Amino acid sequence: MSGTRTLAITPGRVTALKGLAMLLVAILALILPLIAPDPATTGMAVFTVMYIGLASAWNIMGGYTGYISLGHAAFFGFGAYSFGLMINHLNMAPGYLPFVLVPVAGLLTAALAVGIGWVALRTRAATFVIVTIAFMFMLQLLGENLVKLTGGGAGLALPYSHDWGGDFFNIPYYYAMLALAVLTIGVSWWIRRSKFGLGLLAIRDDEDKALAVGVPTRSFKLTAFVISAVLVGMIGAVYAYYVTYLYPQFAFDPLIGISMVLMAFLGGLGTVSGPVIGALLLEPAQMEFAYRFGASRLYLVFYAAVFLIVILLLPRGIVPSVADLVHSWRRRRQAGPTAGGSRNAPVSAGEEPPATAQQRLASP
Amino acid sequence: MSLLEVKDLSKRFGGVVAVDSCSLSVPAGSITGLIGPNGSGKTTIFNLVTGFIAPDGGEVHFKTRSIAGLGPDRIYALGIGRTFQLARIFPRLTALENMLVPVRRAGLRALLSQGQWGHEKERAMEMLAFMDISQVAGTLGGALSYGQRKLLELAAVMMAGPELVLLDEPAGGVNPALLERIAERIRQLNQQGTTFLLVEHNMGFVMNLCHEVVVVHQGRAIAKGNPREVRENPAVLDAYLGT
Amino acid sequence: MTLVIEAAVLGVLTGGVYALMASGLTLIFGVMRIINVGHGALVVLGAYLSFALFRSLHMDPFLSLVVTMPVMFALGVVLQLVFIRPLKTDREALSVLVTYALALGIEGVLGYVFTTNFVELRAWYETASFEVFGFHITWVYVFGFALCLTILGALFLMLYRTSFGGAIRATMLNRTAAQLIGVDVDRVAAIAFGIGVATAAAGGVVFGITNAFNPGSHYDLISRLLTIIVLGGLGSLRGAVIAALIMLVSEDITQVLISPVWANFVFFVILVVILIVRPQGLYGVRVRDRI
Repeated sequence: MSGTRTLAITPGRVTALKGLAMLLVAILALILPLIAPDPATTGMAVFTVMYIGLASAWNIMGGYTGYISLGHAAFFGFGAYSFGLMINHLNMAPGYLPFVLVPVAGLLTAALAVGIGWVALRTRAATFVIVTIAFMFMLQLLGENLVKLTGGGAGLALPYSHDWGGDFFNIPYYYAMLALAVLTIGVSWWIRRSKFGLGLLAIRDDEDKALAVGVPTRSFKLTAFVISAVLVGMIGAVYAYYVTYLYPQFAFDPLIGISMVLMAFLGGLGTVSGPVIGALLLEPAQMEFAYRFGASRLYLVFYAAVFLIVILLLPRGIVPSVADLVHSWRRRRQAGPTAGGSRNAPVSAGEEPPATAQQRLASP
Repeated sequence: MSLLEVKDLSKRFGGVVAVDSCSLSVPAGSITGLIGPNGSGKTTIFNLVTGFIAPDGGEVHFKTRSIAGLGPDRIYALGIGRTFQLARIFPRLTALENMLVPVRRAGLRALLSQGQWGHEKERAMEMLAFMDISQVAGTLGGALSYGQRKLLELAAVMMAGPELVLLDEPAGGVNPALLERIAERIRQLNQQGTTFLLVEHNMGFVMNLCHEVVVVHQGRAIAKGNPREVRENPAVLDAYLGT
Repeated sequence: MTLVIEAAVLGVLTGGVYALMASGLTLIFGVMRIINVGHGALVVLGAYLSFALFRSLHMDPFLSLVVTMPVMFALGVVLQLVFIRPLKTDREALSVLVTYALALGIEGVLGYVFTTNFVELRAWYETASFEVFGFHITWVYVFGFALCLTILGALFLMLYRTSFGGAIRATMLNRTAAQLIGVDVDRVAAIAFGIGVATAAAGGVVFGITNAFNPGSHYDLISRLLTIIVLGGLGSLRGAVIAALIMLVSEDITQVLISPVWANFVFFVILVVILIVRPQGLYGVRVRDRI
């Protein structure tokens, strides 16, 4: 018991610091369009916030359960097309009202995710990866082939508001994306602290053992998969409304699927803040590169390079690595009898920093 | 009354008969040992009873229910826990988190169970203290010693209060001092009402601890009785010596 | 009916190419338990290498394999050493991402060097055809099929008749056990990866003659190849060959019976069915690890 107490003191300070940082980021995110109203900045902000949401949503499945989905772009595109088709078929006037369709698109995505998840989750790790990729291409193909419905390769046009001209155009979308990102982070945080979340982490560590102690792995995995997909689908819906024109190869873009994965990895798999940090670092850089070298495809090389560096040099991501640094530093200063004395344990990708885990459980 | 009743259980892998219409029963409140030479089908019986593999034939009754063919999570929910050979714990969760994973009934409640750890955490800490490992509550599973893992696995499986616990080689690979501690803890838990079925090669451990011993040979239960009877049963000697 | 038969014949012939490419992929999986998502990109890279040799030296595409296969073999070994071997933890997941990154990198470099315009490998046999029983068959399919059979045959001979092949198979069956009986599994892994990549180059030539391609073609390719190896059972060479034939024949038949735009779709339908009926694939073993 003494171990719990000694450790519980310092994490309190860390929590306060974290809280302060979060508050600052939140305020900055809220007032960003006031500080930098030019469309170039707000446009970049829309996509950055979008990826914060996507990476966090992906992490709920990929990070917590360890089941890597490379096909989440399927849900992104599906949400986008559902939104586009609904707004067109309902003849909805552009403006704020169509945003109510976003949750509807999320529900439709849920239905799809239940189906895909049911099939894909019959398999474990390696095959699961493949199946998710296959499903994404399957949906892309459907988008191209169901010409009467989607317009096929010619694309699907969405109405957009002419009232939102100039500097203002990006702003409603920015706040919509921000709301979804906040929702996603909230859900992710909630899950991370729930019994359900602990069950997911147990699945990541040892699925058969989890089964043996009563974790209904099948339904837990499917639930995580669907939650993750719904959030991605809703973000896709806002994306559709924002870009106003959908093409199968851009809505179901494998690069979108891999980007969220990379961001989650960079920040730290299975942590709440990791995907956010990953997206904040990577998306602006990616957009800058795509803008400069887009035509020559060289930005792909940049992307690959970042990816390889992250995985080979920082396989656990930024957040866990930094947490470890902080921790060992604190240990050196404390140099007292702490729990177990095994903090510098062998570690691997996706682990929550020990201190955080401890403190989470130490609070009632 | 028997808590677990296995009748004519069979399982073959390809052409190999692993369990061959095996019947055995575990009396409620007992510590029952399952012994037999290597490859005699003991672990397969465990896997069949706990739902990790589906039987080809036969019945498994727990209390009054038939449980053959149910999944491991359902079987755990009904009140049968198990440990594994070589102690399996969750390496990237802390010892305390390892204790909180076991759930009797999960579902939507698990999703909504935010912040309701208070009571369970208390119980987990008590259980860790009972096993004398509360000092490692905050340590990651992967950083624990083998002995600590063994104790943690046993502690964790007790968390949801199973009525029957299957232990796969609880004495395997541990030093004599720890062995004594594990035996003592099993005995105490048994006195508090938990029934145990254990597979073990350490005969001293089995003879000391078990009320009842079942001998398995080539997938069948060939003898049973109290430790002394079994030790003196000629069929058992034959099975072990291969005569 | 004749159309269907013709489609089936074509399916078998093109299936040979996919069998070859998928064998490399499944071999890599079998030996290292990693999914090489970059396999499609390596196929496209092989096609571009032959394309470059053709453009600069007018080398016949098939002949250029004498150059490209050893080059690609070496590349494969290097990629394995630099990018795959250092992965210590969580190999299965991380390797997917690493090879995905390699695919993007290759796509990017090819896009930079060759632009994203579609190209095709050219040779006289690309359009010349002959007639059997009233069917017109283009020579390139026959040559391609023969090439693939030869390489596949060589691969199987190597695996089942040489001691190195024995080491590979031992590693595929049980890495730890192979290590215990003295197999240098790291060396086996590097060479197997090299072999897999070299077969990708060979597949790339046939693919490049029978299809127009650009640097982005690897997405389509890899989704097909992955589907094939899942259908065949991960790590099973026999499964990969049979699955490739099943897939391509059903695709070509769908093409004539229903519509070309739905031909691709058959792949996914078969995949979904197989996952529901037999998640481990045709020749796969159900994995329930370490109980």
